[in-house]
Amino acid sequence: MSKVMSSLAVNTKIQSDFPVLSREVNGSKLVYLDSAATTQKPQCVIDAITHFYTNYNSNIHRSAHTLGAEASIAYDSARAKLAKFINAKHTSEVIFTKGCTEAINLVAYSWGRKHLKNGDEIILSEMEHHANIVPWQVVAKETGAIIKVVPVTVDGILDLRYYKDLLSEKTKLVSLIHVSNTLGTINPVKEIARLAKNYGAKVLIDGAQCGAAMPIDVQDIDADFYTLSGHKMYGPTGIGVLHAKKNLLEEMDPYQTGGGMIKLVDFNETSYADIPNKFEAGTPHISGAIGLGKAVDYIQELGWETILEIKQSLYQYGVNRLKNIDGIKLFGHKDEDTSVPVFSFAVDGVHPHDVATILDSMGIAVRAGHHCCQPLMRNFGVPATARASFSIYNTKEDVDVLVEGIKKCLEMFS
Amino acid sequence: MDLGELYQEIIIDHSKNPRNHVVLENYTHEAEGYNPLCGDKVHLYINMDNGIVEKISFQGCGCAISQASASILTQMASGKKLETIVDIGERFRDVLTNNSSNTDDFESLDALLGVKNYPMRIKCATLAWHTFTEAIGSCNKLHTGDKNE
Repeated sequence: MSKVMSSLAVNTKIQSDFPVLSREVNGSKLVYLDSAATTQKPQCVIDAITHFYTNYNSNIHRSAHTLGAEASIAYDSARAKLAKFINAKHTSEVIFTKGCTEAINLVAYSWGRKHLKNGDEIILSEMEHHANIVPWQVVAKETGAIIKVVPVTVDGILDLRYYKDLLSEKTKLVSLIHVSNTLGTINPVKEIARLAKNYGAKVLIDGAQCGAAMPIDVQDIDADFYTLSGHKMYGPTGIGVLHAKKNLLEEMDPYQTGGGMIKLVDFNETSYADIPNKFEAGTPHISGAIGLGKAVDYIQELGWETILEIKQSLYQYGVNRLKNIDGIKLFGHKDEDTSVPVFSFAVDGVHPHDVATILDSMGIAVRAGHHCCQPLMRNFGVPATARASFSIYNTKEDVDVLVEGIKKCLEMFS
Repeated sequence: MDLGELYQEIIIDHSKNPRNHVVLENYTHEAEGYNPLCGDKVHLYINMDNGIVEKISFQGCGCAISQASASILTQMASGKKLETIVDIGERFRDVLTNNSSNTDDFESLDALLGVKNYPMRIKCATLAWHTFTEAIGSCNKLHTGDKNE
């Protein structure tokens, strides 16, 4: 596509795919810079969900009627799309969850509680989202396992030398974020997984920010567990993916129990369904899975070449313009080859919440806060930052509007 | 959207030059208010005598609205009857969250009424006032600067 159409035409086309972008906020055109929190949804995803409820809403896998069959086929085909999207070896390795948070909790509950023992070590990093900290703390308390933390350098990257020193025979799990939601840093997860495996440790990679950011190949990364968030990759909220190796899923106990995950039930004993159903108790989020499947179609129709080109050009333009504003501090971003266009910054003398309110008055949506990364904020010595995160529907003009907004913040509090 | 209504000069002045921004050497009541969603913190120290707020100070960090509100609270409360401040605090919260318009004796607090039009920021403005309520309910005991107390 990028070769046929000019980049401006591609951008205009993509913008027109996202209906919310045409609205006004506080009298200005919406400039949505909060895609790391959740991306906007293209019309085709909204339509796929509406189409399900309008034309073939039904429960799956248990109704012999036509609607039931159509819904089951659509749900299963969404799983197959996701499996192909991340290059899973088997479709049954893809478990639908509420999101990354539930996927990590599932692993902590079903794998962690069974395999972690007193004195075993879990390695996390300082840039983890709370979703990849708290579930492990709970399991560590229960089992006596110990949490070790890889620090983040002033450049906003993981201290790999420190990581290598932490690894030992005691390491049973390494659980790390693939792309930082706060800094935009892309971590070298393949190398991290390879090093962990030298000690026989299992590896979980939290890919919440990755579905819309880059092609994912779970076989190449070779992590044992990989998680995806649907709503951060143009899909609906309440749906995500846990990918795990087949043999691991087969030996893990169920996370939740009930309907849909059984073979035979009597009051003495129950035998569980095969994977993936074993991990999907109750009626799943059918419309969510269908919507996410459509989001995958959308990403693939655009093509990674186009997506990466847009994001890299937004990154370069963004980092250059932001760095040159007197009075702001940009966190991370010393290594420009390994970052996505997510910028956390502090404006001199203006608290991030005031920054967010002032920008909002100009129609610019940014996040202000700790981004569910309180340990990382402590490392930076700030209680909070403002964060502007860009996606494929953003333009260089959006960067210009942001810069103008930041200058207005500085002016108001000067 | 009129930002001037929210960030009035008096608010920016209080946030940049907070009044009574120390820890009292002697205080009878204290409490720390914290909003985990945005990270705003206000720690109030109050020296109360016979139903009168003799001295009041605060420490904290957060947005301009939260810190200005705390600063204005300490400025207003100093030397006043406890019940007067409690009454103002209750009416302030009422004006921001309900449709009340009783703003008698609001003094500089009037400057914070623009927050009413910013629902996401109301908690910032009321944090110090909630903390005040919490502090006066705390143990009535004289704390001194002596750490070995």
